[in-house]
Amino acid sequence: MASFILRRLAQSLLIFIAATYLMYLLVALSGDPLQDLYESSAPNKQQLIDARIKLLDLDVPPFLRYFIWAGGLLGFTGHGFGWMGVNLQGAPVNTLLAQAMTSTLQLVTIAALVAIVLGLIVGITTALRQYSAYDYGVTFLSFLFFSLPIFWVAVLLKQYLAIGFNDFLRDPQIAWWFILIAAPVVGALWTSIIPGAPKRRLITFGIATAATAVVLVYMQLSDWFANPHIGPFWIVLTAVGIAFGVTAISVGLKRRRALIAALVTAAVGVALYFPFMYWLSYFLNEWLLILLGLVTIGVSYAIGWFMGGDDRKPVARTTALTGLFVASVTVLDRYMSVWQAYTNSGRIKGRPIATIGSQTPGLEGSMWVHGVDLFAHLLLPTIALILISFATYTRYSRASLLEVMNQDYIRTARSKGLTERTVVVRHAFRNALIPIATIIAFDIGGLVGGAVITERVFGWTGMGQLFQNGLDHVDPNPVMAFFLVVGGLAILFNLFADLLYAALDPRIRVS
Amino acid sequence: MAKTTPQAPATGDATDAQKDLALIEVAGLSQSQIVRRRFLRHRGALVSMALLAFIVLLSFTSVGTQIAGLRVGGWWMWTWDQLTPVVDGGRPTMSLIPFAIGEHPFGQDEVGRDIFALVMRGTQQSLMIMVIVGLLATVVGTVIGAVSGYYRGWRDSVLMRFTDIVITIPVIVVGAVLGRTYGIQGAPVLALILGLVLWTAMARLVRGEFLSLREREFVDAARVAGASDGRIIFRHILPNAVGVIIVNATLLMASAILLETALSFLGYGVQAPDTSLGKIINENQTAFATRPWLFWWPGLFIIAIALCVNFIGDGLRDAFDPRQRKMPTERALAKAAAASVSGGAAGQAPAAAEAEAEDPRLREGAILPNAIVPEEDRPLPSPEDEPEGDPR
Repeated sequence: MASFILRRLAQSLLIFIAATYLMYLLVALSGDPLQDLYESSAPNKQQLIDARIKLLDLDVPPFLRYFIWAGGLLGFTGHGFGWMGVNLQGAPVNTLLAQAMTSTLQLVTIAALVAIVLGLIVGITTALRQYSAYDYGVTFLSFLFFSLPIFWVAVLLKQYLAIGFNDFLRDPQIAWWFILIAAPVVGALWTSIIPGAPKRRLITFGIATAATAVVLVYMQLSDWFANPHIGPFWIVLTAVGIAFGVTAISVGLKRRRALIAALVTAAVGVALYFPFMYWLSYFLNEWLLILLGLVTIGVSYAIGWFMGGDDRKPVARTTALTGLFVASVTVLDRYMSVWQAYTNSGRIKGRPIATIGSQTPGLEGSMWVHGVDLFAHLLLPTIALILISFATYTRYSRASLLEVMNQDYIRTARSKGLTERTVVVRHAFRNALIPIATIIAFDIGGLVGGAVITERVFGWTGMGQLFQNGLDHVDPNPVMAFFLVVGGLAILFNLFADLLYAALDPRIRVS
Repeated sequence: MAKTTPQAPATGDATDAQKDLALIEVAGLSQSQIVRRRFLRHRGALVSMALLAFIVLLSFTSVGTQIAGLRVGGWWMWTWDQLTPVVDGGRPTMSLIPFAIGEHPFGQDEVGRDIFALVMRGTQQSLMIMVIVGLLATVVGTVIGAVSGYYRGWRDSVLMRFTDIVITIPVIVVGAVLGRTYGIQGAPVLALILGLVLWTAMARLVRGEFLSLREREFVDAARVAGASDGRIIFRHILPNAVGVIIVNATLLMASAILLETALSFLGYGVQAPDTSLGKIINENQTAFATRPWLFWWPGLFIIAIALCVNFIGDGLRDAFDPRQRKMPTERALAKAAAASVSGGAAGQAPAAAEAEAEDPRLREGAILPNAIVPEEDRPLPSPEDEPEGDPR
């Protein structure tokens, strides 16, 4: 394994170096960086041209200039390790990149996470419900998403989702006819996902419709969109639901011990709701929140460990997940609690969903307010960005799970008398994940590429802009800085996928 | 316990019937006939073919075309670079009730160009780029994949490392860099350049296909019979890999049209005075609030073309690769069961649950593994090439 990793590492590094060389040549040969100066009418034109030639070593041909650039990157030019040169104006690229990177990576990371989670869930459910109306619907949607131009969707999202929703927020009334139509539609959706005999389907339909109607009526009556909240009552309800749901999927409801442990974890989470909301959350920052999340996982794992009885690990896993989800809902409620203050603040003026930029300049407030601000700015670009990835992951996870479900060991597992849940979650799902891991890793580079377009439409000053400005002015250094990040990520994730694949599937290492 | 979907046959003999059905349907047909039949059964693909043909015809006949300065006129009253007086703020004149097309069915832009003519010209450009990119990338990818998969050794190492290098650069990035350099020279040049970028996935797939096919018996037989490398590659292996190649060529075309429009949107694709669908959207995105028709039509045409190509690709995949094909309906199964009286009544196997997904034995059926072998080179039938009975 160690030699495999080393070999693979060396290979990736060489490929990356070659790719940067190729990229450098392509950019440097794509035009004349002195074009704007030749056309200028400045009196000191010649002087400016000479200065730029000296600044960017333009007297050296590109295939040699690369080595000056690479030497600078390795710290041979006296600027320290990682020096990426200056742009045409003489500003150091490192500073530009540092500014640009945060917003883009934030966008890409969140988009990737959302696309993975949604894509896996939808892909797996469609595979289990193959050839149902739900499956056909999702298949058609994923074909549609494959065919959508991102920039076109982005403009539509801006117009209808953002402006439409902001208009709606001015007077957030859910019309009664909307509730009457939406509730049965949601009910029908759930019925197509959850299978069963006609009687059971009817019950599913009834429950889903009623639940949707109740939630919508509650939202309407409590003026939810003006003042979104979850509140203690719904927290208790969701916590119990989470405990049952997580237990049902991870170990099955038949294991009473696990169910009780999950419920205890949920109860602890609910008990900590008020202290968190009205005391602890005022002292937190981003890092402390993450730390608190880790502590939550640890504590709930411990609860499961001590209550687990003979077979502790699965129970502890269940309680850890339950604890994490309950805590997430609580944190979500905390974010919602500042929503009203955020929308009514002078900077936002009641139109929260942003169409331009990556943050509201000059916004003051706690970490929670900034979180909401981030959400409002990330919402549209994320949707625009994940459409294609979501479609890809859905298709691949569906195909992969179907492939696995046809294997002989699944037949064996079934004939041993294992429950359907065990067969799907333990035997099929884990094996189906192996090929999906590769696809996802492969897709990350493309996601950053897609971010170039998304950023352009939404007016972000991110890496896409760095890339485009650099390219427009035949300025290799910013473009190369962009490529170092994008290509580096692509290489890194591919390497990661290969190692993961080798770790998960021992057959790979043999060949 | 076991969840069954409504489509899942409930008894063991139903799965036997499935296999019989799979056999009946291909009995006595050549590979190409089987593929054509399956493709024609895919309704989405057929509708897409018709729609795509309509779009191609419409775009080329309506405004004519221009190739290297030579202009051929069409039946539409305006051309894409003709300025006409703006009527009614450029609003579209097309309406359904009462049905009317009018002078400017898709409306006009600020300077009075007819949007229908513009969109048609853009569609032409996008289609042309799509086809050129698809063909070029397929040829390059197939050659590279075939050489490295067939010869292996140092050729494989060199070519695959080169593929790795190219694949590291996201297509939109390398497309933008090359488009900025060559986009000014017109759409065909841009298409050629993009084709030289998009072949990587195809090369990897073809290589994988060749790696596995070259180990098959019919290749050994051909080699023993004294066939040259070229003959083995082109007459023996390539026809068996053609399914993978064609399917991925269509998917490649769909991504090519999206890439072209994205590049034109960013300003690195087709340049003025010519136009493309992405360019029209880019020029008019700020006008969305006031003149949404400038924005809707080019987008709808991009989606229509990409969706059609994707569906055709799906139909081709179904036709070439029975692994992902749809299970026969219960009615067809019952028919087949009635037609072929198989003695399966005894086996009430617990097949219901596993039939939830498609039956794996269908894959081993007589459909795919029978290699296409040229008549004169056909080797002696080996037992492995014959369809086996029930593996159980």
